[in-house]
Amino acid sequence: MSDALIHFDKVSKTFGIMTVVDDLDLSIGKGEFVSMLGPSGSGKTTLLMMLAGFESPTSGTISVGGKRVDALPPHKRNMGVVFQNYALFPHMSVADNVAFPLKMRGASRSEIVERVTKALDMVQLGAFHERRPIQLSGGQQQRVALARALVFEPEVVLMDEPLGALDKKLREQMQMDIRDIHHRLGLTIVFVTHDQTEALTMSDRIAIFNHGKIEQIGGPSDIYDHPKTQFVAEFIGETNLLSGKVSSASNGLLTVTLEGGQSIRVASAAALEPGKHVKISVRPERIELRSSGEGQNELKVKISDIVYHGDHLQIQADTGSRSLVIKAPRNVVTSQIGQEVVASFSPEQCWIVS
Amino acid sequence: MRTLPIGKAVFGTAVVIFLMAPLFAILPLAFTDSIFLNYPIPDFSFRWFHELFTANAWRRSILNSLLIGTGTTILATVLGTVASLGLRGNSASLLFSVFRTVFLLPMVVPAVVLGVGMQLMFAQYGLANTYVGVIIAHTVIAIPFVIVNVTAALQGIDRRLENAAASLGASPAVVLRQVTLPLAMPGIVSGAVFAFATSLDEVVLTLFVAGPNQRTVARQMFSTIRENISPAIAAAAFLFIVGTIVIAGLILLAQKKGQRA
Repeated sequence: MSDALIHFDKVSKTFGIMTVVDDLDLSIGKGEFVSMLGPSGSGKTTLLMMLAGFESPTSGTISVGGKRVDALPPHKRNMGVVFQNYALFPHMSVADNVAFPLKMRGASRSEIVERVTKALDMVQLGAFHERRPIQLSGGQQQRVALARALVFEPEVVLMDEPLGALDKKLREQMQMDIRDIHHRLGLTIVFVTHDQTEALTMSDRIAIFNHGKIEQIGGPSDIYDHPKTQFVAEFIGETNLLSGKVSSASNGLLTVTLEGGQSIRVASAAALEPGKHVKISVRPERIELRSSGEGQNELKVKISDIVYHGDHLQIQADTGSRSLVIKAPRNVVTSQIGQEVVASFSPEQCWIVS
Repeated sequence: MRTLPIGKAVFGTAVVIFLMAPLFAILPLAFTDSIFLNYPIPDFSFRWFHELFTANAWRRSILNSLLIGTGTTILATVLGTVASLGLRGNSASLLFSVFRTVFLLPMVVPAVVLGVGMQLMFAQYGLANTYVGVIIAHTVIAIPFVIVNVTAALQGIDRRLENAAASLGASPAVVLRQVTLPLAMPGIVSGAVFAFATSLDEVVLTLFVAGPNQRTVARQMFSTIRENISPAIAAAAFLFIVGTIVIAGLILLAQKKGQRA
């Protein structure tokens, strides 16, 4: 990326014998919203802490705007950080919390008052200046933390699972608020989360972390629709993994013989040798159920369970050798448990993963 | 496991009586008008409090106690707080656990042993029979109380608060001044109060290192009870107990404030 603002170059971090971040390269563009998503212990938070300056890399370099920052102490990096537990100063009022970074930068008293008022108005907390953090709800505290991280207009804002402690409704509201602020202020945001929905709804790009490496990075639909590996396919959303052997390849279509003996066709840009073992990911909502077969890519299944989810039904269907999960709109399904039906999906809606 | 409520109440009361009885035995004697320290009390009077504040020996000892107590509090609180900050977050390192043990050692080493050692050492450095010497001696045994209290307070501080302050532009010195110390303040105040109480109460080390000019109230009571058993001791004891209750109140207040923060 030519206008990249943040560069990680071959960054590693080890604690004793544990390698937490492993020889990692990552570039983040100016104004981008990048989520780092992964299971706990995958290195995403450590990477963020290195960017903020609370940890230093064992090897490799980090630069922001072309300048190396990995030797700079945190207070000289000019980044706003929002922590999971908000980290508001309990001995200061809300206004003093938000004024803190301005005082550190030697702003005049009138300027502080003006900017604190503006920042608190932005997060709709204009009436709470003199409250103590402990007197606020979780969502309000989180908005104070956000105002505090934004008030000094940092180039980069880092967020470490900032919405983890909020309930679902509030979390969704805050997701929209943060997105909105990101667009309005043109901030560069690096956002750590283990919540895949959060990453999918908020980010320009998502980096999927696993064992200290980035398994895949790309836009939300890239990651969801075209997962490159089994780990990504299973970590983001639900998936059905079918394994089989390539029997022939032509014109970007692979014919794969599944373990149960049935053949399906898979669209694939890579021409794979016949005989090669492959895994195929099919999203549950891409599978259609029909009472009788009428084309290709069909698997005979027996419905073993139907679970009502309100807006959709989740159906367990047995192919004989394995179980499929299918997400279906509830008005199109008339099947009963025990019924034998046909599950089908088009070659373009399944994907080879490694 | 549940004990009968009645059994609990009886046992609790018995323990309280056992602990408090000596106090209640001596307190009324502070208000006797007799010159003997015994019952029955012929008449009620404030003469021994008057004696306490006018007799030269007692007055000096009260001033000495306040002076030495204040000096000890300041020195022990500063050193103990700095030590706690230094020991913080290095619990895994062997060197630091050795340091921590050494700092807390004066709590368990017999005061007599410390006293003998200090007397010999102070004599060599010209500190024997000086205020500075007594303050240093009291500081040694007061520091563990400060360290225990401040360490507990520091452990209660979320490191992310300090990280947040740093990310917002605060240098390490500013983080310490504006975040760490204010949040640890309840622990520092409790430590300081304990240090003052320790100094006030200390007799053994004072016997070894103090000269006649540094006689504290505790030391004065000790010699008075051996030389002439005067009810002034009871009056001094009364002041001590009232002082202790005030101090305990202060500690409670500081801790309560700490919980609120």
